[in-house]
Amino acid sequence: MAASMKSLVLHAGVVALILALQFVLPEYHHGILARTLVLAIFAMSYNLTFGYTGLLSLGHALFFAAGMYGMGLGVVHLGLPSLAAVVFGVVCAGFVAAVIGFLALRTAGVALMIVTLMFAQAGWYLILYFGKWTRGDEGFVIAREHRQILGIDLADSNARYVVAALVFGAVLIAMLKLVESRFGKVLVAIRENDERARMLGYDVSAYKLGAMVLSGAMAGLAGAAYGIMFGYVGATFASVQYSILPLLWVLLGGAGTVLGPLVGTLFMTYLIDKLSEYTHAYMLFAGLILVLLTLFARQGIMGEVRRRIVSWLP
Amino acid sequence: MEIGPNLVLAVLEGALAAAVLTLTAVGLSLVFGVMRVVNVAHGQFFMLGAVLAWTVAHYVGVNPTVGFVAALLVAPLLVGSLAVAADVLVLKRIEYDPENTIVATIGMLYIIQQAALMRFGPDARPVEAPFNHRIAIPWFEYTDKGFSLYWPWGLGTTSYKLAVIGFAILILIALWLFLSRTRAGLIMRATQQDREIAQAFGMPVGRVNALVFGLGAGLAALGAVLIVPIRQAHYLMGDEPLLLSFIVVIIGGLGSLAGTVVAAILIGMSDSIISIFFSPTLAKVVSTLLVAFVLIFRPQGLFGKRA
Repeated sequence: MAASMKSLVLHAGVVALILALQFVLPEYHHGILARTLVLAIFAMSYNLTFGYTGLLSLGHALFFAAGMYGMGLGVVHLGLPSLAAVVFGVVCAGFVAAVIGFLALRTAGVALMIVTLMFAQAGWYLILYFGKWTRGDEGFVIAREHRQILGIDLADSNARYVVAALVFGAVLIAMLKLVESRFGKVLVAIRENDERARMLGYDVSAYKLGAMVLSGAMAGLAGAAYGIMFGYVGATFASVQYSILPLLWVLLGGAGTVLGPLVGTLFMTYLIDKLSEYTHAYMLFAGLILVLLTLFARQGIMGEVRRRIVSWLP
Repeated sequence: MEIGPNLVLAVLEGALAAAVLTLTAVGLSLVFGVMRVVNVAHGQFFMLGAVLAWTVAHYVGVNPTVGFVAALLVAPLLVGSLAVAADVLVLKRIEYDPENTIVATIGMLYIIQQAALMRFGPDARPVEAPFNHRIAIPWFEYTDKGFSLYWPWGLGTTSYKLAVIGFAILILIALWLFLSRTRAGLIMRATQQDREIAQAFGMPVGRVNALVFGLGAGLAALGAVLIVPIRQAHYLMGDEPLLLSFIVVIIGGLGSLAGTVVAAILIGMSDSIISIFFSPTLAKVVSTLLVAFVLIFRPQGLFGKRA
């Protein structure tokens, strides 16, 4: 079997497994796993820029929040129907990513991190400043009647699980196809050596911007989906912690692997869920894991799996 | 109060903020200049200084002056030692790779912050100032009878606040003398200018890194000890100084100490003055965007020369 066929079977199998899990898992896990799957989309969006293109951003919370607020404000203030509001959120996030990418991609490395962080902080402050509409830190609730898409009630935990799994599955397969496409290969070439990619005649800036916009729109999809599935929109999701979390998930799961973001998000969400029963200071372990990863395992979990066991893993 | 006395008050408070910010930002700038790494945990060293100051003052007890002086000596030293350990155990091993260092210091940020939350709890805790006399400031008014002085209600400062400003200036002068007149300072400056040539001449570059990282953290902690009698110690108090120090270091020009001092005074003062007229949140939007645009279009900083 060709490598691309094998990986398609593997990833489709993962999606099927997630869909099947709903019949096995107790009720409690439906909520937490649905949340994890949506956050894993966010992690995949981060992986596209960080893992595949080598762009280290510390501002992805802004794209997530742009999707979430685009959706939420669209429903509450513009009176958009649910599905249109989600699309509107994705478009908002893509637009924000295009503007920030256009400006920030003039810098690279550490400067890029600080610039993206500063833009994201400015966005967070703006959300707080326009508290009249955004309700600031307190956030606002999306009423149940606005959480119906194509006749599916997203407030119902079983329906929500299936929708989360299907959206996640679609993004996962799209990501796999993207990575195997010519576009994805050029992104990896830019990550490995952007001077060489330029010499080979690729328009490096355009590819980087393309990756940024695509990643921003994906993060926006995750934000909009999160808002409408769990019925809450709040400024916490725009804070710097939500820029650092996808970095942590991707590093842990394996940057530049298609399944890595899911593995990292799954691991961290369940770890934090368990730890928060014992202590309020559960982010201590997030910090420890970050330091240990930089010291001992730059490849992350799936990166190590690829290096040691399954060399064809995309 | 009218606009005049309000402005005087803002300038006084701004000078206090600028004094503490200068110490903190110079620490960050020194680390960046010599080691070429960005320390995201810098704000947590500040917080740790404040928290340790409370702990020391609390356990020394008896006399607030003795407690405060003990805190002033012990807290920066402890924080500096912790930073040296962090450098040797983590940063040195990842070979100061710029991007990895940021990820590792983000990790340290959470470790220090959450450890403080576990040991210290979520409450804000006060430290008593060693002395605290109120100083009222007169203002003039022009009436039919000519100029006359009066004491507007609320216009004033305290002897402690003035002492903080004075002490910060003394520390900066001492730091400048250390960097420009001592052998250790010379080695640091040589490392900053050209790490490889310095190493080729047998400079102990490895030890310079650990020392600079410790010194930078110690300066942040010192600033925090000074401010803690005015603003209580709290485990989340490191976030704002981190952001402000970043703004200062970037606007002043990365690695330029003189630029950092100028920018710290500018940012500290303007933050306090702008906050009277506009919303502090809007002031933050403007300053974060300013940093982003400076890095994009003028990466050498507003005051720096192009390298």
